[in-house]
Amino acid sequence: MDTADQAETQIRAVLRDYGRLNVDSNALDKGADLYQSGMTSHASVNVMLALEGAFDVEFPDHMLKRNVFTSIQSIRSALNELMAG
Amino acid sequence: MYSQDLPSDRSLPLSAGGRLGYDLVQISRIEESINHFGDSFKQRFFTIGELNYAHLGEGLCAQRLAARFAAKEAVIKALKLSEAGIGWREIEVRKLHDGDCEIVLHGRVAQLARAMGVAQVLVSMSHDGDYAGAMVSVVFAQADTPPEFDSLS
Repeated sequence: MDTADQAETQIRAVLRDYGRLNVDSNALDKGADLYQSGMTSHASVNVMLALEGAFDVEFPDHMLKRNVFTSIQSIRSALNELMAG
Repeated sequence: MYSQDLPSDRSLPLSAGGRLGYDLVQISRIEESINHFGDSFKQRFFTIGELNYAHLGEGLCAQRLAARFAAKEAVIKALKLSEAGIGWREIEVRKLHDGDCEIVLHGRVAQLARAMGVAQVLVSMSHDGDYAGAMVSVVFAQADTPPEFDSLS
């Protein structure tokens, strides 16, 4: 498994544990809308904090936007940006 | 129109526009966040004043933080700031001496609210059982459709 696959697996695990989704996070399409899949605003906060712990990053305030946490793909893009910086 | 139908703040024009925001939070879920993430949850989303008040009452921390979380989310909804990328501590719920609460906006959120022409942000919070909710009403100084965040950035 390459690094990108590992990152996606970790994101899906965080969503499974904290996202309160009404579907299996492993079955979700990368671009599927997480809010449409049951994630509440409070759950998205838990997802963010869990991602910070899992990837050893910190989301700055300017990234606390709905569209950053709207899909697996958008989360991965944000994490790539944080880890590159 | 009877005089009691007038808005309480007579300085506002009768035609002033407004928007509502509402949010409902499960208190036990907030308690889980506190227990699991501890200070990183508390200090990220709540001001020192809010945390001090929440810790004043024994066993009331989760309930008070849940109501404040709901109020902040309701402000974000009312001001349409979900894509603005703002710090949640820039929206503060302050307890007044008479028992009421008020919303105080700081930093960038205050700047955005001013740019939108916000004249007042009113809040009402409540909790019962495992749920806490907050209703926020934003009153604009002008009756015209207020600008949204996208058009201000």
